[in-house]
Amino acid sequence: MSADQSLKGRKVVLHDMCLRDGMHAKREQIGVEQMVRVASALDAAGVPLIQVTHGAGLGGNSLQHGFALHSNEDYLRAVCPRMKQAKVSVLLIPGLGTMRELQSAHDCGARSVTIATHCTEADTAPQHIAFARKLGMDTVGFLMMAHLNTPEGLAQQGKQMESYGAQTLYITDSAGYMLPADVRARVAALRAVLDPDTGIGFHGHHNLGMGIANSIAAIEEGASRIDGSVAGLGAGAGNTPLEVFAAVCERMGIETGVDLFRLMDVAEDIIVPMMDHMVRVDRESLTLGFAGVYSTFLLHAKRAAGRYGVPARDILVELGRRKMIGGQEDMIEDTAMTLAKERGLLQGVA
Amino acid sequence: MAKIRCALIGSGNIGTDLIYKLKRSEVLEPVWMVGIDPASEGLARASELGLKTTAAGVDGLLPHVIEDGVQIAFDATSAYVHAENSRKLNALGVMMIDLTPAAIGPLCVPPVNLRAHMDRVEMNVNMISCAGQATIPIVHAVSRIQSVEYAEIIASLSSRSVGPGTRANLDEFTYTTSDAICRVGGARRGKALAIINPADPPMIMRNTIYCLTDEAPDEARITESILAMIREVQSYVPGYRLVNGPVFHERKVSVFMEVAGLGDYLPRYAGNLDIMTAAATRTAEMFAQELLAGRIELKPLETA
Repeated sequence: MSADQSLKGRKVVLHDMCLRDGMHAKREQIGVEQMVRVASALDAAGVPLIQVTHGAGLGGNSLQHGFALHSNEDYLRAVCPRMKQAKVSVLLIPGLGTMRELQSAHDCGARSVTIATHCTEADTAPQHIAFARKLGMDTVGFLMMAHLNTPEGLAQQGKQMESYGAQTLYITDSAGYMLPADVRARVAALRAVLDPDTGIGFHGHHNLGMGIANSIAAIEEGASRIDGSVAGLGAGAGNTPLEVFAAVCERMGIETGVDLFRLMDVAEDIIVPMMDHMVRVDRESLTLGFAGVYSTFLLHAKRAAGRYGVPARDILVELGRRKMIGGQEDMIEDTAMTLAKERGLLQGVA
Repeated sequence: MAKIRCALIGSGNIGTDLIYKLKRSEVLEPVWMVGIDPASEGLARASELGLKTTAAGVDGLLPHVIEDGVQIAFDATSAYVHAENSRKLNALGVMMIDLTPAAIGPLCVPPVNLRAHMDRVEMNVNMISCAGQATIPIVHAVSRIQSVEYAEIIASLSSRSVGPGTRANLDEFTYTTSDAICRVGGARRGKALAIINPADPPMIMRNTIYCLTDEAPDEARITESILAMIREVQSYVPGYRLVNGPVFHERKVSVFMEVAGLGDYLPRYAGNLDIMTAAATRTAEMFAQELLAGRIELKPLETA
């Protein structure tokens, strides 16, 4: 499909990640009141879908992924009833979250769920996808670290998730590694095999500054749902900055239904002041995008670097070389220690 | 020397690997393998290795249990069919070693509680999960020194070593392992996380164990206890190895382990397969030694 084809009149659903992926950037320390404030502002700006959970989703509270200030249930019970038009979604990664937690999230008002697996492991999700459908939830299959699988491989994985009941399939650039041609090839391969009624989404990270270009490339090939976060509050260099993306959509005639100026105000007045560090492309987050490393590893690597005296960039590059994937945050400290031993900075006991 | 005759139920990765482990045993002899798919590679392999096979499920085995003197059965099917398999075989006096997450019998981690199960002549013991076998010894090594408020384990498995049964039932894996971290490991609360990594060449199984102790950890005694436990596990899983740690940070104790397999059925990266089948074999051998010495006797279980 040619890049100059007009997208005028195309309808795209925006899905905000500030209160889920953004939890990573906040080390899971967003309070209930702050969550309600952000969600209400997004709701008022017309964002139709808002994700709310621990950064690692349901079941995420752990030593591995950090403990949030409150339980997922507390967040959902506070946010869901206050939404005037927005639907609230949650994230579930099989192996971490379970169906019990999904039931509980549904009881608290969540009506959409993103069920995420690594891009080659779709068959770890059949029971969760089927259960989400049974609950009547809008059910999304989310293929993470999609740069590590071929377009054909992803198409086959997506088809499998569709067969379990997923209604929308995502190409997920967890490492912010992909370039527009990579996205185009993957979305097109998925589009070619899925039923016409099954939707396609794209979730980007801005580690190479490609979040917006990649999202547009996805839409050109048939995606109709785009994840982003206002002011880019998310792991790594953040997600596709949603207000910037909304502005680009408006210029291109893509219909999102959001109020651009209100979204800009949310970014400037609420999200940016919340940031503990400026979420941007810097030396370490650029390393993620360049080396193809899971964006959430960023802050963990910085912590391990401080502790063991090995530069975060070295740790991240080594994690990429060892092909570590989302969920293996324990391997960050392990890798830092192994590097420190090799460099004579640390001694082992065994 | 006489051996105790065994049946293997389930012809997937675990059942097939068990053939090799049992064939090396001085007290166990695998005689039957039970599957449900006549075309399965596991059944063909079993047949080549001299076992009798049936593709008619457990019902295909039942008529032969008495005449072939089967006394111990390993169930590597799924949590959903295990209870029925166990009921049928227990009724014939066959002791069950459950490698599914069903956990209808007591949970067994050999270096922690196998002796106690044998003293009670349990007719069904559950092996929890590969992650449980790889991590609960470490949790116990900490909790026997001082009380553990919370323990969390992360198991990273190579994609090629994880069969369809485990994949389709990850929640059961999580629940059973979390529960065992408390009941066998001795932590008050437990959580288990599983990651399936498709890297090629495949990564060797990794396990990370975090324990939060109630009081500041006694570093020297905990380290000594962990190292002693690792040696004990190494006696039946030679590839069980400490990579990093223990690391002490406030009340948190972190231990980073690796498990390389023996490379019997799947290559060495599949330590998860190995530690499960090795623990099951170890359990069966202990029962077999007692049976052969006449110190315990298996009796048919009457069921309602």
